[in-house]
Parts: sequence; structure tokens; C-alpha cells
Amino acid sequence: MKASVKKVSLRRSELLFEIGCEEIPAGLLPKAQAELRSVLEKYLVAENLAEGAEVVTFAAPRRLVAQVREIRLRQLDLVKEVLGPPKSVAYDSVGAPTRAAVSFADKQGIALDKIQFVATPKGEYLAVKQVIPGRTTEKILAEILPRVIQDLTWPRSMTWAGLSDARFIRPIRWIVAVLDGKPVRFSYGDVASGERTRGHRFLGKPSLPVKNFREYEAKLKANGVIVRPELRRAKIEKELTALGQKSGLKLHADAELLDMVTYLNEFPSVIQGQFDPAFLDLPDEILITVMRGHQKYFAVEKRGGDLAPHFLAVINLDRDPKGLVRAGHERVLRARFADAQFFWKTDQKCRLADYLPKLERVTYESRLGSYRDKVERVRAVARWIASQWFNLGLAQAHVPDADRAAELAKCDLATEMVREFTELQGVVGGLYARAQGESPEVADAVYDHYLPASLEDAIPRNLTGCAVSLADKLDSVAGCFAVGIVPTGSSDPYALRRAAQGIVKIILERSVPLSLALALGAAVKALQEHAPKIAVPEARETQILEFIQDRARFVFREKLGFAYDEVNAVFRAGSDNLVDARQRLEALRAIRKSKNFEPLTVSFKRIRKILEKAPAAEKGHAVSEEFLKLDAERDLHAGMREAARQVQARKREGKYREALEVIADLRNAVDRFFVDVMVMAEEEAVRRNRLALLGQLLAEFTTIADFSEIGGEESR
Amino acid sequence: MKAKEQVEKKKKGLAFQDLILKLSEFWMKRGCVLQQPYDVEVGAGTMHPETFLRVLGPAPYRVAYVQPSRRPADGRYGENPNRLYKHTQFQVILKPSPRDVQDFYLQSLEAIGIRLAEHDIRFEEDNWESPTLGAWGIGWQVLLDGLEITQFTYFQQCGGMDLDPISVELTYGLERIAAFLQGVESVYDLRWSEDVTYGQIRLKEEQQFSSYSFDRSDAGAIRADFEIQEKEAQRLLEGFDLLRGPERERYPLLAVYDLCLKCSHLFNLMDARGVISTTERAALMARVRTLACRTAQSYAAQMSPPTDAGQADASEGVRA
Repeated sequence: MKASVKKVSLRRSELLFEIGCEEIPAGLLPKAQAELRSVLEKYLVAENLAEGAEVVTFAAPRRLVAQVREIRLRQLDLVKEVLGPPKSVAYDSVGAPTRAAVSFADKQGIALDKIQFVATPKGEYLAVKQVIPGRTTEKILAEILPRVIQDLTWPRSMTWAGLSDARFIRPIRWIVAVLDGKPVRFSYGDVASGERTRGHRFLGKPSLPVKNFREYEAKLKANGVIVRPELRRAKIEKELTALGQKSGLKLHADAELLDMVTYLNEFPSVIQGQFDPAFLDLPDEILITVMRGHQKYFAVEKRGGDLAPHFLAVINLDRDPKGLVRAGHERVLRARFADAQFFWKTDQKCRLADYLPKLERVTYESRLGSYRDKVERVRAVARWIASQWFNLGLAQAHVPDADRAAELAKCDLATEMVREFTELQGVVGGLYARAQGESPEVADAVYDHYLPASLEDAIPRNLTGCAVSLADKLDSVAGCFAVGIVPTGSSDPYALRRAAQGIVKIILERSVPLSLALALGAAVKALQEHAPKIAVPEARETQILEFIQDRARFVFREKLGFAYDEVNAVFRAGSDNLVDARQRLEALRAIRKSKNFEPLTVSFKRIRKILEKAPAAEKGHAVSEEFLKLDAERDLHAGMREAARQVQARKREGKYREALEVIADLRNAVDRFFVDVMVMAEEEAVRRNRLALLGQLLAEFTTIADFSEIGGEESR
Repeated sequence: MKAKEQVEKKKKGLAFQDLILKLSEFWMKRGCVLQQPYDVEVGAGTMHPETFLRVLGPAPYRVAYVQPSRRPADGRYGENPNRLYKHTQFQVILKPSPRDVQDFYLQSLEAIGIRLAEHDIRFEEDNWESPTLGAWGIGWQVLLDGLEITQFTYFQQCGGMDLDPISVELTYGLERIAAFLQGVESVYDLRWSEDVTYGQIRLKEEQQFSSYSFDRSDAGAIRADFEIQEKEAQRLLEGFDLLRGPERERYPLLAVYDLCLKCSHLFNLMDARGVISTTERAALMARVRTLACRTAQSYAAQMSPPTDAGQADASEGVRA
């Protein structure tokens, strides 16, 4: 069956489509706007309506909108050629139609004499041309628009009538579908489509008839809704800047917040409010968290960067003539700040360290004891890490600082401030530590020790902070695994994956020497020695180490862009020191493209297979020069010894790339060996000697990366 | 002149009791049954059986009531102008959810004297979830010039069961709304009636219950009480499971639900006393949730017995 599109010119026009909703969460709108476009385009393509048409979409809190310009008002006719039986079967020798011809014509519903013949590579066949008339776009839209609504995806949809009814992110209350000035009728759930939209809840009319997008946009604007997000954003930005300039202040830039308020308001306007300058005694972090997180206000700065006692709020109204809205927002902020100030004062009635006993009542995990217990373990591990670093030549590593920072790190969990603003844990402790005269190194370490919260996040700014963060995360991972809390699939309630990735990120970004096995050993020792004294069996410890290494593989692959097989090859040669592993990975990636490299990896694979297949008794012997019979094996042996010497020297200098180049240069010798030499020789001594040679080759030259892992089907 | 202005200002906005009356009247006119607060300690209006049990099953219902809600951990000895051990909710349930429910709601704000066009009123995403009730819904917090005044929720699940039809729940925070209307900074300065303040009526209660729940309660006794109430609820639930047909109809599941609420409050008391750890917290909440879910499921079964042939016969036998 063949199909071709008949060229007919048809009139084009515009579709206006609006899904009218109760308030959609602002954070979901940008993605929904993009998805509406792609889903709509997909259906238009499937219906042969996409050609020449252009889909544009918009979003505001109560509406998702699509404008399709230049859409055909009717599908093109489709001409289909239906093939029948071969002519040789359908007509007999005298040219009379057989049963096959008659039944084909019957089935296609046409007279015998209307049948045509087409030439195919298999001979002449009967054929019928069928014209499938194009349907009207209106009819098609009535079918596909409900499906478009249904196909939009949301993190958590809902139903507003009953279980069997429609689902969406929030209840749909109206639908506009107007094609070429006329409504397209369909329904979705309990809503029938039509040509009436709704204005702003308080600034506009509740029912506005519209015929096309232009009129729609203009009428909505007159009724308090700016449909285009970019115009709303521009309005906000302009007013933010203008208000700032008027009072000689600078906006505390916040792109994420700007995005949020753009999609939170249908008619955004900016008002300026103020607060009692006495609140400025609170640290900026706390003031901004209160303004931004809870109230979605922009903070403003004086020249010099200090916060000013003002805020800019984006409201969903055109103006605030009586200042009622401003007064309301000021009142709310005053209460919030008063709370924060109260917490700040109450908390500081005692010193941070005085909260330690209170941590006994804050359980970390029932079997792993309280945060008080965790603090002691973290201290031990942080001290161990700092002393390791010091011994390995990091002069700024300071054991007493690491110990003190670890001791204070969790104290803020018992403070009122963190109970109220949990997102400020660590930060509050750091601020209190600084205010109470701890050294900047210790205060900053406390402040930063939860970092990094994600792979995109920064790591602690000083070495002490890195030590405490590593110690805290090692204790969490080791402790949880020890009592059987192991992440599975989507379930990882203690965020152990994130903790392990944090460990990896700190080591790599700070480029600190740290043996994962020894560091884990220190964490395990702390678990065993400090309350509640959890024993960690060796098999568990191995499992934990593998878990951390698995996250390291993930970081190398997903964040640093190394290939799957490269990471495997390097990790097989050792992954205890991640900084070293990264250097080896970089060397491997650099040399991978060179001409000798890929063929050598094939040979290494072959060597590994041969060795794996060889019986145990044949292996583990030393190479004896006396049994090296052929030139090829003598040359390989000599080349190998020389290469090994050079590789060792390069490795000592940390020049992995050059070491790999030396190994790659062995390619010719290895190739010749496989051409000239039969490994599994008759004579036992020769055979064992050859296996020994290969074994040595593999052992010597896979300490940077195991090339037998490179390439092949595993290089996902 | 100035004194007069001050008096005027003082009289601004509805008194607390008038606010309750206005809301009651408004919702009564929209077909709500006016119910009374529940007489067991609850943390929220949602826990009143008029919400928790009524949203189950197919029968339409509209109800409104005031519910004093106790949250022991939120107590501040009466010293914080905005935080209370016990605050007052005005709760509305509309089942099934009407199409114009948002408009209804906004009209109710007008009814209590808020001029909509002069304020920044918005519906900001806030999906409600009660882990101890096995209940969750989709909705918003309603902000009035940045102040949270109402939780607006389309219930999706209750007691771990999907709901059909969907009920909408409106929970007004009365103290906040009254403070806004009256323009006072502290909840204790609110006029409850024309000449009595909120503080005069409630301050002692805040002081004493904060003192009890933070400093003087016997955590061991509370824990033991929790175990007793839970055991009793479990015993009754097992009893229900053993029964079939008409015997189930008069079975005291409402009493089981009371026991479940008691467990929830006792849990809150332990929490406020700071004697439970994060993990134990999760475990205790799971125990309360299990009770709530089993109670809801049993209640649903009691309302509409399974139409399996044997049971249908048995119940017909009794009716005849």
C-alpha cells in the first residue's frame, strides 16, 4: 500500500487554545508551557496539520495558552494506492478476470473496469487508487485537544470531581478553543470548551468573549492579565530597578525568585515596604531567608553591600493606592523578623557548646544514638583526617581546629532558630560561633559543614570545614549501613547517596589526599569505640567501601564526563585515592585517541582471556629467560622490562600520560608476539613460561588503568 | 479628637466572636450543617469525625464548625504574639467539591469585611498532608497581603483510601484573620467580644498548658497511656474484623476513632516534651497512621457492606 499527499491549496487561519485553571503552582508553569507546545505539535504532525503551522505557548497562574498560526482549516486529501493480486493471477490466458480480480474489485467497492495496473519489481499488479478526503481541522481539533490536555505531565496530578473523572494539576474551570474565529466544541471532564476566557480575579471581568489571539491578548491586558511571561518579567524587573533607584538602593539580585514571581502573578506590580532598622542587627543570611523563603520578597542593599531596611514585594494587583497591601506585608514581615530576633537573643543566652548536652535528646537514629553520640564520632574522624593531611604534607591542616569545629557543628540543631528555619542548619551554628569569638577557621567550618548539598553545590571554603564535612558524611554512611539502612532504588531516607557523593566531591575539588579505605576504617573504629558502640563486620565495611566507590564512579561519569569503560579501567587498577584516580583517568582519556592505544586494549583483553582459561597449575610461575625460544617473545620480554622501568619512573613523577604512552608503544611487540608465538605450546616449560610472560605484562601495565576494560560492548 | 480616633481604631474590624458568627452564617446559607467542635483533643479541624469520616463514601455533605486545635509543641507560654498551644480553626467541608468553590471562598472573605480589590490575595501551592491520618490533598495556602489565612485543599486520600467524590476543605486560621481585621500585633490584644480581650479569656490556658506540655508532664505516664489507648483500639478493630453482615452495623467504630485521636494527642505531648527521637517519631506516627487507616477502612466497610452473595442474604434475613 502506498500513500501520497495530493497538493491542494487550502485556506489557513489561527487556533487559540486556552486551558483555564485554578492557580497552577508557579514552579511548574515554565515546563508546562514548553510541554504544551511539544505535545500540541506532536498531534498536529500526526494529523498532517503541522506543515507551515507555528505553535507558540504562554503560561500564567490560571491559564496555559497556545496560539497556532497558519494552521490549515482542512487536512489535505490523502491518495492511497491499494495493491491487489498479481495480474497473472487475476486474469486468465485469454484476458478474462478470474475470481481473484472480481473479489478484489468487490472488496474495494469499485467496478472491474476501474481497476488499474501498476508495475512492481515482482511484475504487474492490480491496483486501486483511493482518495481519503481530508477532514476539517475543526473536527480533528475536537478530538485531539482533549488528548493534549490529558497528555501534559505533572509531578502530582489530582482529581476534583471523582475518581473516574478527569485529572490535571489543578481543577480546570474553563477551556477556550477558537479556530478561525469560531469555537471548537469538545469537553474535558466536566468542562465544555467555548470562546469565553476570564480576566484577573479582582482586576477584570469574569467572562470575556474572544475571536482570535490578538483580541484575546488585548482584552486580557485590559482585564488585568499579562499573558506573555516575558512581558510580566520585564515589568517586574523594570519596577524593581525603578524603585531601587528612587531610594538609591541596589536590588539583591535573585534570578530564581524573579522566575518564581513571574509565574506567580497575572498582573505583577512591585511595591516597596520597610522594616525597623533595628532588625538589621540580625545577620543577612537570616534576614534574606525570612524575606525570600517565606515571603518571596526581594532584599535591597545600600551602597557598600549592606542590607537596607527595605524590601520589594511583587503583588498581583495594578496598584496599592491606600498602601493597605504594603502595610499588610510590613506587618507580616515584622512578625517574622520579631520571631527571628527573639530566637537569636534566646539562643545566645548560652554559648554554642552549652547546647551539647541538649543534643542527647535529639536522636540521630534509634540504633545509632543521639546527635550527642554522633558528635563524638565525628570529632574522632575529623581529628584523624586532619592528622592524616598534616602528615601527608598539608601544613594548614590543624587537628585542634577540626576537633573544635566538629564539637560545635551540630549544636545549632538544639537552637530555636534552627527549629524554626531548618534550612539554616549549620549557617546558624557558624554565625553563633563567630559572634561568640570562635576563630574564623572554626566558625566558617561549622557554617559550611553540611556542604555540598548537591553535586552542583560549593564545598566548604576551608580545610577544617572539609575535614568536618567528610567526617560527618563518613559517619552517616558507615553508621547507617552498619545498622542495615541501605539505599534501595528510590528509597534513601538518610540521603546516603548524596552524602557519599559529597565525600567524593570534596576530595576531588579540594584535591586532598585521602585513602577511602583508611578513612572508612577510621569511621568504623569511631562507631565501635564510641556510644552506642556499633560493631561493623568486615563484609559490611567492604560493602560500604563499594557503595562510596560506586558513587565515585557516578561522579566521574555523570559530572566529569568520563566514559563508562574508562572509569572501569581506572577503578580496576585502584580507586582508593580518588585524586590519583582522576589523574589516571585524565591521562587515559588523553591517550585514548592515539593510534596504538585501541589495538593494544584488544590485545590486553586477549591476554586476560588466555590467562583466565589457563589451568591454575600453569600459572604463577616466574619468567625464565632460558625458555624464551622465539625472537618475538624475547623482544617482548626485553621491551617489557625496559618499559616497566620507564613506567615506574613516570608514575613516581605523577606523569601518567607519559607512562601510558610508554605502554602504548609496546603495541608492536605485543602484536608480533601474537603473530609468531603460540602461547599454549606443547612443551610444558615453554608454555608456562609464556603464560608467565603474559601474566607479568598484565600485572605490570594495568596499575594505571586496566586496558582490558576498554572498548567493546561495555563502553556504554 | 485624638481620643475619639483611637476609640474608632480600637473598634476597627470584627470582634473574634463576630468573625465566627459571620463565617457560620455565610456557610450556613450555602447549605452547611453547623456542627460543634469535637470534644476530644485534636490538632486540627480535619481530625474531627465530621471531616475525617464524612469525606469517606459517596454521600454528599456540607458542614462547617469551629475547632479549637491543640498543638503542644507550638505553645509559647503565652509570651509570643503569634504562636499558640491552642489556636482556633474554622473548618468547612463541601462534598462533592462545587465548581465555583474558589468564588464561594472569596465571597466569604467579603462577608467578614475584606475588600478583595484592595488587597493582594493569592493562592499559593501548598499540598496538605497528614502522615498520622493517612490523608493528603492538593491545594493552596491563601495569602492575604503575605499573611497565610486559609488552607484550601481538595482531599485526595483519607485513611489511606482514594476518595470519590472529592471533598474540598477550607480551614480558616481565625486568630490571624481577626488580628488582620482588627489591626493588632498580638493575638492577646484581640477583641473577643466588644469588651473582653482574647488574652483575658485564653492567656492562662496558654501559660498553663505550655508549662504542662514542655516542663511538667510525665513522659513515662504519657507513653504508657499511648500504649493502653492503642491496645484498646486494636482490640476493637480486631473484633470488627471477625464480625460479618448486620452485626457490624452497630459496632463502635466511632469509639475506636476517639481512641485513635487520643493516641495522636498523646504522641504530640511526647513530642513536645522532647522525649522522642527522629526515628522513634516516625515509628510512632506510623502506629497512629495504621490505627487511623484501619479505622477509616472499617468505617467505609460498615457504611457499605460488601455485596457478596452470602452476606447480602444474611443481612436481608435480619431486616425481614
